[in-house]
Amino acid sequence: MVGASLAGLSAARALRRQGYDGRLVVIGDERHRPYDRPPLSKEFLAGDIGEAELALEADDEDLRADWLLGARATALDRTRPSVRLADGREVRADGVVIATGAAARTLPGTEGLAGVHVLRTLDDARRLRAELASGGRLVVIGGGFIGAEVASTASALGHEVTVVEAAPTPLSGPLGETMGGVVSALHADHGVRLLCGVGVRGVDGTGRSSTGGVRGRAGAVLLDDGREIPADVVLAGVGARPCVGWLEGSGVALDNGVKCGADGRTSVPGVVAVGDCANWHDPLAGAHRRVEHWTGARERPDLAVATLLSGGAAHPRPPRPPYFWSDQYGVRIQFAGHASGADSVTIEEGAPDDRNVLAVYRRAGHPVAVLGMNQPRMFTRWRKQLTPTAA
Amino acid sequence: MIPACRLADLPRGEAFRLDSDPPVSVFHTDAGEVFAIDDTCTHQDASLADGWLEDCWVECPLHASKFDLRTGAVDAPPAKRPVRTHEVVIEDGMIYVQLSTAAPNLPACVAARLAGAGG
Repeated sequence: MVGASLAGLSAARALRRQGYDGRLVVIGDERHRPYDRPPLSKEFLAGDIGEAELALEADDEDLRADWLLGARATALDRTRPSVRLADGREVRADGVVIATGAAARTLPGTEGLAGVHVLRTLDDARRLRAELASGGRLVVIGGGFIGAEVASTASALGHEVTVVEAAPTPLSGPLGETMGGVVSALHADHGVRLLCGVGVRGVDGTGRSSTGGVRGRAGAVLLDDGREIPADVVLAGVGARPCVGWLEGSGVALDNGVKCGADGRTSVPGVVAVGDCANWHDPLAGAHRRVEHWTGARERPDLAVATLLSGGAAHPRPPRPPYFWSDQYGVRIQFAGHASGADSVTIEEGAPDDRNVLAVYRRAGHPVAVLGMNQPRMFTRWRKQLTPTAA
Repeated sequence: MIPACRLADLPRGEAFRLDSDPPVSVFHTDAGEVFAIDDTCTHQDASLADGWLEDCWVECPLHASKFDLRTGAVDAPPAKRPVRTHEVVIEDGMIYVQLSTAAPNLPACVAARLAGAGG
């Protein structure tokens, strides 16, 4: 198991549940036991929960695994087969599950600048939480889900928050133009300034810390149109890239992550891939889609492990359509399916102005995606209709 | 025993939420069995009656932990604690629930709210 976050842990569980009784080695580049990432931008950042509550393992859980934590994989040798680690160790294996996830993209030119953050790991969240504790102005670069959640949390903590988004409408990729506009209107409802359609040129590094003048600290975010937005803290929420560099030259086919079949198989027998680094084939879409959602990292390892243990002979039922949630400004946002293939969006319940909406996306009359804002019951009903296996 | 609803008014695959404190939900499975469990997910404030019912399991509508309607057990985090199960009695077409006397496993935010409300 290369990767010790939700996807790796879920794969380890699936192996034991499906009867694998041999040696199990879990390799993780972070030094932490598996923890839950979604609360990092919400309850953990707000200080409502602590680190113990992030644990993904139950107290009495024992997967009988060897955990190699703080160990980064640097190469896969398909001939032995084995995984090589940064410290020179080599782990032999009969089967390999690749679950190395993704890493937050950073803003070019801001390396080493204090006050500029990304949010992906527990260590990132600790740093951001500590800085937000001293108050001040936060500028969030990127109006996606991470950016919006941090803006929501920071505004509730009393910060003056500005969100800068390069696209004309935030979230138009995952939600489409119309509903992206509806969801991102939450910012203005709560006094958070949203600037759209403008790129970021850089971050001014002449800010001052509260303890005196310090060079090399963020002072303002510089926009393409010449504006400067004063900032004490900057968060870059500009997406993530799959961590697959260590597989270059291994023979495992790469294409926007690890290229996989609809059951997690890679181009190399005995090697499967799951989670954010895995670009699974989606039979319904007829294309590969790399899904970066929590639920994918939890559900798909079951299928990939069945593939691994059966040598590819198992034909597990296809995964459910992708599902994710987001909590912003006290509103529960849920989405399932793919917005990109839709030719219409209809409000089935509620009203956008009330921030209480159930919207159904259709292609040629068939529901292909559903969005809910504070509509959990109706959302589940529509979500079931997206699922071919529920028919 | 608390009357919930008439069996005829609860189609298979549906759930009925009782506004007890804490709330309890009655599920009518596709196989025709009726179960009652605490309605609130033990992880966060979400109503299991809004969840995805399949066989004898209900999946939390938010974060996908599944609870066994027969035992209350949870399959995997983010929820880590079971929900309580309650005895169900059906008499003259009416569903009654005998509430468990065990302490409920409520998520921290809900437990705090109930305590604050003096309940």
